[in-house]
Formats: sequence, C-alpha cells, structure tokens
Amino acid sequence: MTDLAHAPEHHDEHESTGIDNRKLGMWAFLGSEFLFFGALISNYLLYQGRKGFPGPYPADIYDIPFTSISSFVLLMSSLTMVLAHNAMSRHDRNGTKTWLLATAMLGSVFLGGQVFEFTEFITEHGMKTTTNPAASAFYVLTGFHGTHVAIGVIMLLSLWGIARRGSLSDRHGLNVELVGLYWHFVDIIWIVIFTVVYLIR
Amino acid sequence: MTATAERPASTIFQRPTSHTGVWSWITTVDHKRIGILYGYSAFIFMIIGGLEALLLRIHLASANSEFLSAGEYNAMFTMHGTTMVFLFVMPMSAAFFNYLLPLMIGARDVAFPRLNALSYWIFLFGGIFLYSSFLFGSGLPPLGTENVPGNLDAATSGGFLANSPDGGWFCYQPNCGPFYSPGTAMDYWALGVQILGLASLISAVNFIVTVFNMRAKGMRLLRMPVFVWMTLVVAFLLLFALPIIAIALFMVMFDRQFGTLFFAASQGGDPILWQHLFWLFGHPEVYVLILPAMGIVSEVLPVFSRKPLFGYAAVVFAGASIGFLGFGVWAHHMFSSGITPVAQAAFGISTMTIAIPTGIKIFNWVGTMWLGKIRLTTPMLFSIGFVALFVIGGLSGVTHAIVPSDWQQTDTYYIVAHFHYVLFGGSIFGLFSGVYYWFPKLTGRMLSERLGKLHFWLMFIGMNLTFGPMHWLGLQGMIRRTWKYAPETGLEPWNRAVSVGAFMIATSIAIFMYNWWTSKRRGQPAGLDPWDARTLEWSIPSPVPEYNFAKVPVVHSLDDFWHRKYDEDENGRAVRKPDADELIARLEHEGNNPSSPIHLPNPSYFPIIMASGIPTTFYGIIYHTTAWGKALIAVGAVVVLSALIGWGMEPLEEPHDAPHDTPHDTAAAH
Repeated sequence: MTDLAHAPEHHDEHESTGIDNRKLGMWAFLGSEFLFFGALISNYLLYQGRKGFPGPYPADIYDIPFTSISSFVLLMSSLTMVLAHNAMSRHDRNGTKTWLLATAMLGSVFLGGQVFEFTEFITEHGMKTTTNPAASAFYVLTGFHGTHVAIGVIMLLSLWGIARRGSLSDRHGLNVELVGLYWHFVDIIWIVIFTVVYLIR
Repeated sequence: MTATAERPASTIFQRPTSHTGVWSWITTVDHKRIGILYGYSAFIFMIIGGLEALLLRIHLASANSEFLSAGEYNAMFTMHGTTMVFLFVMPMSAAFFNYLLPLMIGARDVAFPRLNALSYWIFLFGGIFLYSSFLFGSGLPPLGTENVPGNLDAATSGGFLANSPDGGWFCYQPNCGPFYSPGTAMDYWALGVQILGLASLISAVNFIVTVFNMRAKGMRLLRMPVFVWMTLVVAFLLLFALPIIAIALFMVMFDRQFGTLFFAASQGGDPILWQHLFWLFGHPEVYVLILPAMGIVSEVLPVFSRKPLFGYAAVVFAGASIGFLGFGVWAHHMFSSGITPVAQAAFGISTMTIAIPTGIKIFNWVGTMWLGKIRLTTPMLFSIGFVALFVIGGLSGVTHAIVPSDWQQTDTYYIVAHFHYVLFGGSIFGLFSGVYYWFPKLTGRMLSERLGKLHFWLMFIGMNLTFGPMHWLGLQGMIRRTWKYAPETGLEPWNRAVSVGAFMIATSIAIFMYNWWTSKRRGQPAGLDPWDARTLEWSIPSPVPEYNFAKVPVVHSLDDFWHRKYDEDENGRAVRKPDADELIARLEHEGNNPSSPIHLPNPSYFPIIMASGIPTTFYGIIYHTTAWGKALIAVGAVVVLSALIGWGMEPLEEPHDAPHDTPHDTAAAH
C-alpha cells in the first residue's frame, strides 16, 4: 500500500488497491468461471475418447466451416465491445450506443448459429443429450457457454436501453467496462472450446 | 441508513427504514446483523444435525439394533454429514467472517453490503430447501428391487425420516443416480447443495474484495490479523473449488432429471469422474472448514499468553500454502477406487507434504504459549483443546497418506474417528473458542466462566470418549455406515462407550445454550477491551455501534491496538503505558459519540426477494415434468429478474441532507 499521509483527513472513499470494488469483484468472479468451464471442458475431453457406444459422437458430425464462421462473428463482437468502451471513455454517446448494439447483435448471431447447430445435430444426425456421454458432455458444455453469451447479450441490451434514454452518464462508464470484461471472458472461453473441442480431434 | 436524518426515496417500494423489529432484520445490510443471523441459523442447524447424530448413536449402542430402519439410518447419516458441513461449520465460519472481518481491518462494512445479505438469504433458503425433503421428498428403493429378498433399503424404507436424502454426504455415483435412487430425495440433495454453493460463492467474491479494498489506512497485508488472512485463503479456496462441485452437481441433476449419461457406467458413463470432481472440491472444502478455526486460535493464543503470535509471517504463509496444496491431494480419498499406482504414489506424497505447513502452525502456536503469561480462560482452554485434538486428528490423517495402510482403513470407523478429530476437535473447538472470546464484543457482556469451563471439560472428555474408541473399532474392522453389527463381533462395549460420549457432548451443548441465554441478559458488563487484546475490534465499544468506527483508524503496526497500550522495557517485556486506561476511556466515549453524522448503506428488500426466487425455481426443476413444476420455474425466474431490476434501480445509499464533510462510505457503494 502507498503512503497515505497526504490524503485529506475526511476522505475515506479509498480502495486500498486503487481498483474499483466492482471491478475487483468481477475479476474474482471470472477467476471462478475459469474453473467452471475448466471442469466442463475436462468432462468433454474425458468422454470423447470413450468409443464403442451408440453414436453419433459429436466429433463425427461437426460442421467446421459453419462453426468457424460463427466463431469469427463472436470474435468480432469483442472488437465492437472494445470500440463501445473506447467511445464511452471519449464521451461519445452515439458511438457507445452504436457499438453496444452491434456487440449485442453479433452475440445474437452467434447464439442463432448455436441454435441452428443443435437443431441440425438433433434432427439431421440424431445426436441427443441422451445418445452417449460424449454427446451429453458436448451439449452441457456448449449449452452453458451459450447461456453465458445470452446473459451477456441481455446485459448489453440493458446498457443500450439506458444509453438510448440518454441516461448512460459517465458515472456508468464502469458498467460498460464490467460488461466488457465479462464479454471478453466469454469470447476467450469460446476460443478454447473451439480449438480443443472442435478442431483438435 | 444514516445515523441522523432519514429520507427514503421511493423506487418500487417505499424503502425500509425501521431500525428495530423483524423487518429491520429481514432488510438489513449491516454486516454485524448478517453475521448474527448466520450464527443463529447455523447453530439451529447444528442442533438438528446433532439430534441426527444422537439417533445414530442410540441405534448403534447395541448389536443387531432395530431402533432405526435401514432406510432411516441411511437418511440420518447422510443428513448429519451434509448438515454439519454445509449448514453448520461453513455458515458458522461465515458468521465470524461477517461480524469480524470489517472490524479487524478498520472498515464500516463489507465491499458489497446487499450482496452480503443476498448470500445469507440464499444460504438460509438453501438449508430449508434441503430439509424440506423430509416433507416432500421420497427415498424409493431401486426400480424392480422392491420385492428382492435381502434388499434392506426396500424392505425397510418408508416413514418420515426415510424421505430425506440417503446417499451419503458425498453422494457417490451410480448409487445416487436415477437407477439406484429413483425417488426425489437425492434431487433435493443435489439441488440443495447447489443453492448453498451459490451462497458461498457470492460471499467469497465479497470477502476477497473486502480484504483487498476496504482496509483502513496503514493496514498493509502483512499487518492484517491472521484471522483475516485465513478468511482470505478460505475465500479463494471457495472461489476455485465451488465451480467444480457446481459442475458435478449439474451433471447429477442432468442425469437424474434429463436422462444424460454422465455416470451411467453401462452406457459409457464414468462414476469415478464423480469422485474426482467431488473430491477436487471436497478436499479444499476440508480446509474451508478448518482454516477459520486456525485463524481464531491464532487470535486467541497470543492474547491469553500475553505475547505476540510466534512467527506471524510463517503462520500466514503456512495457511496460504495449505490453501495451494489443498488442491493437489484430492485422490487420497480414492486410493481404493482403482486409480493407477503412479497416481497413488503421487497423491500419497502430496498428502504428506500438507503435514509440513500444518506442523509449522502447530509449532508456532506452541511457541506462542511457551514462556507466556498464560491465563486459562474458557476461550484459551478451547484453543489449547484445539491444538491438542487437531494434532491427534492430523497424525491419524498422515496414516492415510500411506497407501497400503489406507486400503485397510478406508470405509472403516478409523476414518470416522480421524475426520471427527479434525472437524470436531479442530473446527468446532476453534469456533467455540471464538464464541467465548468475541461474545463480549457482540453483547457487551461476559459469558459465565464457570459454566464455560464446565462446558469445555464436558465437551473435551465427551469428544474423546466419542471419537477415540472409533479408532480401534475401525481397526477391528467395524465398517463405516454399517446399519447393524452382530454381537459376536465384540464391538458392542466400545460402541456403548461411544454413545455415552455423544450424550456427554449433547449435555455440554445444553450447558452452553443456558450460559448464552443467561449471560446475554445478566452477564457481567464487559467494557471495550475485557481481555486486554491486540486487534482493532477491541478498540471500539461493545456492543459495536452500527457504524463500527466513529473515526476510521490509522494503523501503524501489526497488533496496533496492543502497541497503543503497551511499551517494551529494555528486557523486551511489555509494560503498560501510564495513559492506557485513559486511552480506553477516551475510545469508549469517542466510539459512542461520533463527531459528525455517519452515512451507512440503507436497508433493502431486494436481497431476500431475489433469494426467494432461487429455491422456487429449483423446486420447479425437481418436478419439471408436471405443469406446476414448469410454472414454479417461471415464477422463480420472474422473481429473480424483478428483484434484479429493482436492485439495479435502487441506490445503495439514499441522498443525504447532511453536509458531505464526514467519513463516508461510497467505496462500499453498489
């Protein structure tokens, strides 16, 4: 900790680390989330090798080009999120609004892709959650990731709604940053899932 | 709430304003009140878990007993373990964290006061959810085995007690899966523990941020009391262990509710994966249970030895390294599950390494007492009891690290003896030490020392009589969780002794309750610093005012309050400063009379509303095949979402009329 001798006597609005409470809380929470997805990914890796049970297995029916495109869309949403945060810090209200909406839209496109993928797998290929443990693990892993994206989209749309009413003041700048942190985390997890679950077989 | 004027803004509801009565407790966001709520709730759950243990001991006191049916017996040991771990020791530790953490670091509240209230209500509703299985649950025998002769579960299930979860506190698969436990009882267990985990995760984030961000000026990390350090380590353990059990419990839920195949061995599922995930959570959890008690003991021993803690930094780093190592030893719970010899050797060795930091702590505690001016008060007796009993439990723990020895001990009463020595002799003695030590801070009165010592000796003897003989019962081959044993085995005499010990413990708890009840009203007034203590919480009046510190302290050293009272002479002996009594009188006066109004977070309805939505949804998941089950899921979700919106629109603190030149906790805002 730093020398606080010169701090004004009555001013104790300090945070000992200099990082806002909410931001530190978000970092701690994301630390926990890494273990959450770590457990899910390990489950899948364990079960994908257990062959010899009724198929299809997820690895047999991946549509890599399609998933690559939806992964690209999700990655681009991280770019628009950065632009939203940047606009916020430049006090550019319109820019913030636009890029928040763009991020939410890209996230929704990714979710749409996932719904399409799940539907294909179930109806075309007959791979249900109850087909084999690898399928169970695949749906639970990607489903939990999708849920995280959906929660992120809801948060982005809430911020966009507040911005549209013109009440996203500079005081709320941190909220944009927090949602941004969460959003980037969800993206990073997807990079791991796409690489480890889809590409490496 | 402000100490002066009140001007609630109207959001959706009129903001709660009462300072007394039931509503003030339901809407409180004050860390001290939340701590008290945690403490009373955990104690009530301890009574329930204790009664379950007494039923088990009545049953086991005689050979071939029929006192409990097999189904009831299974339910009782399952609920006893689950209750004591998740509903007593964890929330009781949370009670101490909540009440003491801000006081010890010189803060007016935790970082997120409303989240803190949310944690408590989720915990309480989770506990009630788990116990509601007694009313709504069903523990059916495996499908198609109802009429199989010799199926104890089937032959004797039914009855009020047998409705509750009956798969053991670690819920091994596939025994707890959809085939072998088809009733709803294990759903209540899996989802109930999920709710309790959520509560702990929220508090873990809250405590981490509080420790890092809310310290008073000068309270550097290595000036924090050891108890605060142990809180931090526990919070990190929970932060990283809970998501793992959350996933494991989700897998059980999906298997049971939606037909996934995670643990269905015949269809490619892997029951051993459950063991790995459970113990990857479960072993850090063991340290979650013991580290708070170690923190308490590290506060109590120096005060009653009138010496600083021997090797402060070593104790802190030992605690942190126990936290790290705790994640690398989980498979020692699984030596008999068929894991490879290499894994067995590796986990045997890593388990032995845990003994090093633990040994460091033991020696530092002994070093603290060595040549100290020891006062054998009740808190000190409990702390010494902790050290003695924890050494026994720790040594029997090291014997489990030796793999061939562990094969002999697994699933015998030797294991039961071991973990009760560390969790009863360790955690519970530590927690009682803390109760006796901080009761004056809580109430402004002293607990009776006479009754306290009676409590201690009865509990100490009763504890050893209960769990000591279990060592040799186990080595003689008495199987853990056995419903019946034959008279020819010769196990009956020591089982009788064990049951007598259990009732001695129960008597000592009754004495404690009487002591609490009478001392709270008529105990000797305590004053600000009854024990001549060392840490910040003793520099403010007892009971603690709502705002904690009239003036936020500035910290200059470890054990700051002690150094304000004592100097050292040339021989290094502590000499009380001539103005120490004056200082205490001044602190007493200043603490009760802040020079200007202090603003605190306002109470809120939203934490309890949001918490109520979660069990509602979870009831719905258990009965999701029915229409009303689906309705419950929807209702719960709507409640959580509306509470979230209301929470977001409600400022933590209402605007004040008073001028803003006062100590002001917007750092705690949001």
